[in-house]
Amino acid sequence: MKATLRNSICGLGIGAALALVGTSAFAQSRDTISIVGSSTVYPFSTVVAERFAKASGAATPKVESTGTGGGMKLFCGGVGTGHPDLTGASRQIKKSEFEQCQANGVKDIIEIQIGFDGIVLANSKKAPAMKLTTKDIYLALAKNVPAAEGPTLVPNPYKTWKQVNASLPDTKIEVLGPPPTSGTRDAFVELAMEAGCKSFAWIKAVKDADEKEFQAMCHTLREDGHFIEAGENDNLIVQKLDANHKAVGIFGFSFLEQNSDKVQGSIINGVAPTFETIADKSYPVSRPIFVYAKKAHIGVVPNIEGFLAELTSEKAWGTDGYLADKGMIPMPAPMRKQVAANVASQATMSGAGLK
Amino acid sequence: MTEHKASTAEIIRASLKRRYRAERRFRLYGLLAVCFGLLAVLLLLTDIIGKGHGAFRQTYVQLPIHYDPELLGIGDATDPETLMRGDYQALVRQALRARFGEVSGRAEARELNALVSDGAGYELLARLRARPALLGTSETLWLLADDDVDTWFKSRGGSNEFTGRVSERQIAWVASLAEQGEVALRFNANFFTRGDSREPEEAGIGGAAKGTLLTLAITLLLAFPIGVAAAIYLEEFAPKNRWTDFIEVNINNLAAVPSVIFGLLGLAVFINFFQMPRSAPVLGGVVLALVTLPTVIISSRAAIKSVPPSIREAALAVGASKMQVVLSHVLPLAMPGMLTGAILGMAHALGETAPLLMIGMVAFIVDVPGGFTESATVLPVQIFLWADSPERAFVEKTSGAIMVLLAFLTLMNALAVVLRKRLERRW
Repeated sequence: MKATLRNSICGLGIGAALALVGTSAFAQSRDTISIVGSSTVYPFSTVVAERFAKASGAATPKVESTGTGGGMKLFCGGVGTGHPDLTGASRQIKKSEFEQCQANGVKDIIEIQIGFDGIVLANSKKAPAMKLTTKDIYLALAKNVPAAEGPTLVPNPYKTWKQVNASLPDTKIEVLGPPPTSGTRDAFVELAMEAGCKSFAWIKAVKDADEKEFQAMCHTLREDGHFIEAGENDNLIVQKLDANHKAVGIFGFSFLEQNSDKVQGSIINGVAPTFETIADKSYPVSRPIFVYAKKAHIGVVPNIEGFLAELTSEKAWGTDGYLADKGMIPMPAPMRKQVAANVASQATMSGAGLK
Repeated sequence: MTEHKASTAEIIRASLKRRYRAERRFRLYGLLAVCFGLLAVLLLLTDIIGKGHGAFRQTYVQLPIHYDPELLGIGDATDPETLMRGDYQALVRQALRARFGEVSGRAEARELNALVSDGAGYELLARLRARPALLGTSETLWLLADDDVDTWFKSRGGSNEFTGRVSERQIAWVASLAEQGEVALRFNANFFTRGDSREPEEAGIGGAAKGTLLTLAITLLLAFPIGVAAAIYLEEFAPKNRWTDFIEVNINNLAAVPSVIFGLLGLAVFINFFQMPRSAPVLGGVVLALVTLPTVIISSRAAIKSVPPSIREAALAVGASKMQVVLSHVLPLAMPGMLTGAILGMAHALGETAPLLMIGMVAFIVDVPGGFTESATVLPVQIFLWADSPERAFVEKTSGAIMVLLAFLTLMNALAVVLRKRLERRW
């Protein structure tokens, strides 16, 4: 009995030892670029990765979609091949994230703005297009809205679009949008809701006095069933809009472009979301998208310079480039030129002026 | 005794009808439940097959290609370095212009060039690399059409024709090609051999399928021996005391733990402590082995328990040692049950995505993995990634990949049934 017990313990021990031997055999060098970050940047970084590899014959970079914040955490985890080389972000790096990076030895970061992404409100093509202002959006979707009589907030009383603005159709407010974990939601709240919120002079005064209070007033979406969290999958929102003509959805511009036979973008402040209007910034709900590179990895992991050169080449991010085909909105030419020069000289960011 | 008292037989007769009715209702409820289940499966399958059958065929365009050294800008086709620099898409553009005549303006030229996939140029490169003598000659080839053209071509004439991403000019061009039989749906071999791509027409599940096989191999290699060893010890050798009860409760608990927690464990222990490579099948296999281990242990214990004690006693009576009893009698007899449990555990592992999210296997990986330490992804993750892609053509790819995954699952479950039927012995 004792002997067999020892035997089985031995067996287990051998199993565990095998697992350990396996792990120690992994070399610490890496010949594929590792990219993490925002799901908004993912469709663009993946195309560049694929094209770069096909054209150069290098191994295709691995791209993980971890979200902006998750990507920053991995990226700032440290220097060494166990950590990713690049991260995509649908907003600029935060001051706290930059400090985290510095603390973990990631001193030299190259910031690359690659273009813009538009956020659209859209409804089914079988219904007329909506003509909204950011104020309408705020009034329709905020949890609390300014009372008619004076500078106080009351729970949102609006049930139909017509109640918000007499020129809008008399249909129930029903907006499908992403959950709070989504970068699209953050950007929508910051760009559309805040702009609408600020159109009330007394709320704008609050902003100067108490930023936190202002954010609570403007950034909170209603929870009474008129705004519906429809999950991170934008395709699902498009499908739901196709089935329900009265609903309006919030998603990224590339999905509008791909599904232009099913859905149409709402006109916001008199501007329809098109390629041109987002590029020249006349469309109000757009945001810059970034890629951050770790300078310490250049030369250690092969091909990073090549990948960055491909990313910042005209055939990728230019007005006729393949990223534009995928729905990214290019930056104006002078800006592209400047960023490309920065990347070529591997200029790192100082961290000044970050929020 | 004037009052009539019902005899037992009468009471039974009176209630008989009601009992029969209750009996029929009871059976009907069961039948309805089965029908409901079948209906759900049927709905799922029709939806998936309806959307996904198109993924197995892809639109190709026939074009005469002239390998013009001048247009390519290369002189020597035998040197791989020089070959790499050529502009192969230019050959496609030239062929399209030759077929449809000169077009006016950049916009129209872009539309014309967009008929053929961006991947076509790389195919020409591959052909030239294989046969450098082709340089300067011409050949007629079937080239991959662009995904938008493909989606339109498949939906044309239907009730919801996809015209959102193709212009009227493009439709006219493709229609003229169709008249000549120069555009056709052909079997999509790429779908089974290639890795992921951001161009739907080039994307395949080959990489994910290979990653799945590598991952499951590791899972099986770890989970089966460890699970069986644990089960044998617990059933045959361990004393029945509070300590073993405690282990049993914990194994049952582990079987119910959400799998994402195993992913977190993988991240903390295997990546951060043991420095295993992120996104690699070896890591995924180890994590999935932890996920399936409780299932394997529980089913193996059940299989060992079902071996009648008389077998053990008979063996012991003729002088076999405990180890001989286990190895020569209990284990062979319990094997069908253990294998069934292992296969069901594998099927469970095949469908997991949550733990893989934590260890970097939810990633865009183009190259088909060649070994256990190369970056890889697995089938359910590929489905998840495609379902999230904006390109319309990925809708059918997603459903196509689901069909392949379902086929895998059916195969594994069928194997479990066959093994049980073939090897099982009744006492």
